[in-house]
Amino acid sequence: MTLNDTKPHAVTVRGLVKHYGETRALDGVDLEVREGTVMGVLGPNGAGKTTLVRILSTLLLPDAGQAVVAGYDVVRQPRKLRRVIGLTGQYASVDEKLSGWENLYLIGRLLDLSRKKARARADEMLERFSLTEAARRPARTYSGGMRRRLDLAASMIGRPAVLYLDEPTTGLDPRTRNEVWDEVRAMVGDGVTVLLTTQYMEEAEQLASELTVIDRGKVVAGGAIEELKAKVGGRTLRVRPADPLQLHPLARKLDELGVTGLGTTTVDTETGSLLVPILGDEQLTTVVGAITAHGATISSLTTELPSLDEVFLALTGHRASAPQDTRPADSLEEAAV
Amino acid sequence: MSTHPSPTPLNEAPRTAPSKATATAAVPAAADPGGDARIPLRAHLRHTGALIRRNLLWIRQDPESMSDALLFPVVFTLLFVYVFGGSIGQSLGGGREQYVQYIVPGLLAMLGLSMAQGVGIGFNQDFNSGVMDRFRSLPIGRGSVLFAKILVELLRMLLATTILLVVGVLVGFDVENWPGLLAAVGLSAVFGTALMWVFLALGVLMKNVQAVQAVGFLVLMPLQFGSSIFVPPGTMPGWLRTFTEYNPLSALADAARGLMTHGPVAHGLWLTLAWSVGLTAVMAPVAIHAFRTKT
Repeated sequence: MTLNDTKPHAVTVRGLVKHYGETRALDGVDLEVREGTVMGVLGPNGAGKTTLVRILSTLLLPDAGQAVVAGYDVVRQPRKLRRVIGLTGQYASVDEKLSGWENLYLIGRLLDLSRKKARARADEMLERFSLTEAARRPARTYSGGMRRRLDLAASMIGRPAVLYLDEPTTGLDPRTRNEVWDEVRAMVGDGVTVLLTTQYMEEAEQLASELTVIDRGKVVAGGAIEELKAKVGGRTLRVRPADPLQLHPLARKLDELGVTGLGTTTVDTETGSLLVPILGDEQLTTVVGAITAHGATISSLTTELPSLDEVFLALTGHRASAPQDTRPADSLEEAAV
Repeated sequence: MSTHPSPTPLNEAPRTAPSKATATAAVPAAADPGGDARIPLRAHLRHTGALIRRNLLWIRQDPESMSDALLFPVVFTLLFVYVFGGSIGQSLGGGREQYVQYIVPGLLAMLGLSMAQGVGIGFNQDFNSGVMDRFRSLPIGRGSVLFAKILVELLRMLLATTILLVVGVLVGFDVENWPGLLAAVGLSAVFGTALMWVFLALGVLMKNVQAVQAVGFLVLMPLQFGSSIFVPPGTMPGWLRTFTEYNPLSALADAARGLMTHGPVAHGLWLTLAWSVGLTAVMAPVAIHAFRTKT
């Protein structure tokens, strides 16, 4: 982390506020994204994620606060800023009536490439996103995954320094979602800074190195994913006793001793292991000690961080994936898309 | 932009934020404290050109979208000349031939309207598909999206006008004043452009294309038929005659008629221009505001 800390920030957001009537879609958001990293912005529907992305891509003006992207102020220097960003929205924003190639060529021309360069860049991007075969077909004939890839390709035409991915895999099947993830990883490999909004813990865990959790327009937590998870409350110790018959007796024994952390010990019969919640290294030592004192042989021992679902629950008091109570912010954000 | 030492191959903007860390600053300063970039005129033209190409490709992709421009002049000319023409012509003191001279300039006036509607509908489609978000996040003037659409619709209108004239001449229309004809086309385009602001505002504010079309229909139907486009308003009841007198479409139709047939022009011409200026003055700010603040 120390190496990363010296990297300059590609995105700096301070006290960003956006109202829709009485609703505060953003209520003083602070955020920093270091160059060349992926920042995940995690939150349920209506948390303000899309509003944030729309402000950072100059589609919306903030009511208060400041945001600087790649050195440019979103309010005062929108044109300079637009040259260095790429945007892939929640709904693939390609021209359905144009072919994939024509879509990319158009973007190239709008980004002031010469005809020749725009043609070359369109070909290159189609190749890179495995769309060469479909290049001449109208985009409306594309599958959901192909459209999303075309959308990503369109965002990359201008070689952006900062790329916004607003829920890039919402509505995709798991296989297609994995495809998109691979593309995003490849783009990060090229040095692009990514701000990714998502409702999926798994997506953030797969792509992001850092996370900002927002809820109802406010940042409720932020930091490296591993740190956040540790902050929320310990780890899970996975112990596999050599003798599977000892699983249940050991679980009872540990609970009786009360040496575990926040929860109780569970038995994972599929892998033949015990899942023991622990808060720190001392507890780990105590648990291992208790197991050996019981006379059991340990054949494998690992510690795991809690899932992001658990993180969100601990931080916000409700599950991220659970259906939200009806709040105006939801509908407003939908309408804003 | 010359302050940035390492331009990318694509553009002059820096790929990375300058190295001054802002982590500890309470308020981040823009690393480039200068103003915003200006878009040169040549870039505007290039962007508009690229967007015109896009709109033309739409037509190639979906040729049926041209059918209104192609069929409207044919169907309306034949319908009015052969179904209503004889009887209306008689009441004008002549016959079908006289009505041909009356209706063709009237239909030309109507082509301006379909142009206005076309721009509004096209804009609405862009907003709904999310393509507009893409355009608005690119370093282009927002006007180029609009200008491209206007120019393509103008082209469509000119095509429809040509067809109207060909069909008109085939059924006996006599162009008495060719320069006047060009002036009439121009006047219709001017009024169409003014009316376009109304449809643009509708296109930006309304939820979908169907809504734009429905409102367009509701507004345009009474305006079209409550005018001197199809028949002279002489036999209409008093209240309706008053309506047609103030109806800008009457003014436009009368002016077109006068221009193409050496008839009286001045009154209709000035009234049309006044309406065009008035509509633009009121509706252009509304449409532009709606466009700017559309979220």
